[in-house]
Amino acid sequence: MSGGVDSSVTAALLKDEGHEVIGISMQVWDYSRFTARDGEKFDTCCSLDDIYDARRVAESLGIPFYVVNFEEEFQRLVIDDFVDEYFSGRTPNPCVRCNQRIKFELLLKKARELSADFLATGHYARIVRDESGYYRLLKGKDQGKDQSYFLFTLTQGQLAHTLFPLGEMTKQEVRRLAAHYRLRVAEKGESQEICFVPDNDYVRFLEEARGEGRLSGDIVDSTGAVLGRHSGTYRYTVGQRKGLGLAHSHPLYVLGVDAEKREVVVGAGDELYREGLTARNVNWITLPAASPIEAACKIRYRHRPVPCRISPLPDMRAEVRFLEREKSVTPGQAVVFYDGDTVLGGGWIEEAVRSEE
Amino acid sequence: MIYMDYNATTPVHPEVLEAFLPFYREGFGNPSSIHWAGRRVKGVVEDARAKVAELVNCDPSEVVFTSCGTEADNMAIKGVASALRAKGNHIITTRVEHPAVINSCLYLEQAGYDVTRLDVDRAGMPDLDALEGAVTSRTILISAMYANNETGVIFPVKEIGDIAARHRVYFHCDAVQAAGRIPVDCRELNIHLLALSGHKLYAPKGIGALIVRKGVKLHPLIHGGSQERNRRAGTENVAGIVALGKACELAKATSASESGRLERLRDRLERCILEKIPTARINGHPAKRLPNTANISFPDTEADSLLVSLDLEGVAVSSGAACSSGALKTSHVLAAMGVDPLVAKGSVRFSLGRESTEADVDYVLEVLPGIVERLRKNSEK
Repeated sequence: MSGGVDSSVTAALLKDEGHEVIGISMQVWDYSRFTARDGEKFDTCCSLDDIYDARRVAESLGIPFYVVNFEEEFQRLVIDDFVDEYFSGRTPNPCVRCNQRIKFELLLKKARELSADFLATGHYARIVRDESGYYRLLKGKDQGKDQSYFLFTLTQGQLAHTLFPLGEMTKQEVRRLAAHYRLRVAEKGESQEICFVPDNDYVRFLEEARGEGRLSGDIVDSTGAVLGRHSGTYRYTVGQRKGLGLAHSHPLYVLGVDAEKREVVVGAGDELYREGLTARNVNWITLPAASPIEAACKIRYRHRPVPCRISPLPDMRAEVRFLEREKSVTPGQAVVFYDGDTVLGGGWIEEAVRSEE
Repeated sequence: MIYMDYNATTPVHPEVLEAFLPFYREGFGNPSSIHWAGRRVKGVVEDARAKVAELVNCDPSEVVFTSCGTEADNMAIKGVASALRAKGNHIITTRVEHPAVINSCLYLEQAGYDVTRLDVDRAGMPDLDALEGAVTSRTILISAMYANNETGVIFPVKEIGDIAARHRVYFHCDAVQAAGRIPVDCRELNIHLLALSGHKLYAPKGIGALIVRKGVKLHPLIHGGSQERNRRAGTENVAGIVALGKACELAKATSASESGRLERLRDRLERCILEKIPTARINGHPAKRLPNTANISFPDTEADSLLVSLDLEGVAVSSGAACSSGALKTSHVLAAMGVDPLVAKGSVRFSLGRESTEADVDYVLEVLPGIVERLRKNSEK
């Protein structure tokens, strides 16, 4: 329970259905760090106020409520990875990482340890069991809220003990239910992007973690000509247009980031298009594809699935070819494979494939 | 429902409740008032003061009522630091203190004071030679607890008091867990300042006391009116003070027999846990411990799962320190004792009290082995 509307309604629904429900919040951050520093106050998805809200909701539902401490694990498995990725020239997705390593690994283990049969979360996604006994992961019914992209790492073992009670609902229905159950969080807003970067200033966060001035270098065009200087490759992500500080005859976009050479490569908008990508640490929800398959893929959360051809490669890798060239393939982001509403699997984008080289 | 968390707090004793309730009704007066309503309560505050003094063997005039044990610790440490700033800026404490002491010292350290934090050994005992060696001409205060809240370990308070006396340094003793449970004697032990808390000895929350021995120089923490001989401003919590007085009176009368009873219960709990769960380990000095406290490590388990599982079976216990969110933190006490972090993380504190019975112990012995077994199996996966 995060203290938000979705997980609160999830708990209320399950309780209403007669399940024995235990509420758990994860403490993933030392909140005293914030309150101690200049009395700054942050409003984030995992702030102390939210744990307080979650506790109050649990009290009103009459369910036991506990807070588990995953501070150390969150730092090691999510935050350190987040920083490492940026300093390696990639644009990470910590929410997928948190689902993979914290929620559906550590928290699920904790839930099982407490003899719970299932871990239920407020994600907008569905789990169904097919004729052959496999658990399938489907998009949430609310297409606008669908969160299946963040769940592509789930394994059969995890899916078997996971419930997404909101998967069949729209956000509007969930809000109505929150009001129906008289949950004090019914009016609460949506949580923000990255919970541990409360002010959304991720550059400041990275520089506080590793210091300023590292990875500064040249801004170059695709021929290698130097156009200017930048003060850290981690400040840039593929497709970015603002913050380059260059005067040029036409708008310039970031085409790529090379942390090793400390280069930020820029070019015109039409240079952003790529034929495909390679992915690593690919997870297939049911059986791995043995040969190339036609499917659709999303290369970032806010992206409509586009048709593609996926070729499995050794060592849990895959190559994805778009039927039509796609803009802003961003290393470090997740690529998630879909067949209609079904999530086939996904992986982490290694690099863009440029052409029929 | 079984309550085994008396070191966290205790239920109010029925006689205490009866004693203080009238002071929320007809005894509502302000002791500073000259009229009949004030006069009616002035005496009861002084009666209560005498009862507190009797429990810890000091003069009633040395008892300063505070809002809690934490305030008493803050007042002692910051009050001495401020009053003796001209004499020195060095404070000696230990690594296993309550956060009230740890963070008061940390605050002073950030304000420019020097703080020496003494290590403890495997049994949780401080090194007295190290203490003696740490005293300098700039030392103004030794702050050491009487009994540890997590392990129940009882410090060699007499020896610490002797060292303090020898070097003419003030000795503040946080006796929040000890007062009312074991004999505490300020005169005998050369204690200059001593903190105690009402809700650990069957009085309600919101009342505590600091014993400030005669002649001790101390600046107040809270400024205002002239209550408590100018040491602690603010209108007296009359009902709380009456409650603390009554609780101290009851503790004085019953603690000797009660501690024997609790020690037998606690020893049986420990013995049977060790029989049923041979990997379990008891933390803290085997003998020099509060009679009611058992701190036990269950290797290959995690305390939060143990606590939650026991809670779901109706058993209230606790572990180490908790964050404000309610999440558990690793215990600084067990860490200071050198307990392997992997073992420390599966440690639980059982603390018994007035309403604990043989049947409570039986029930815990019935449910605990299954829970530990389940958690250990899970951790192997």
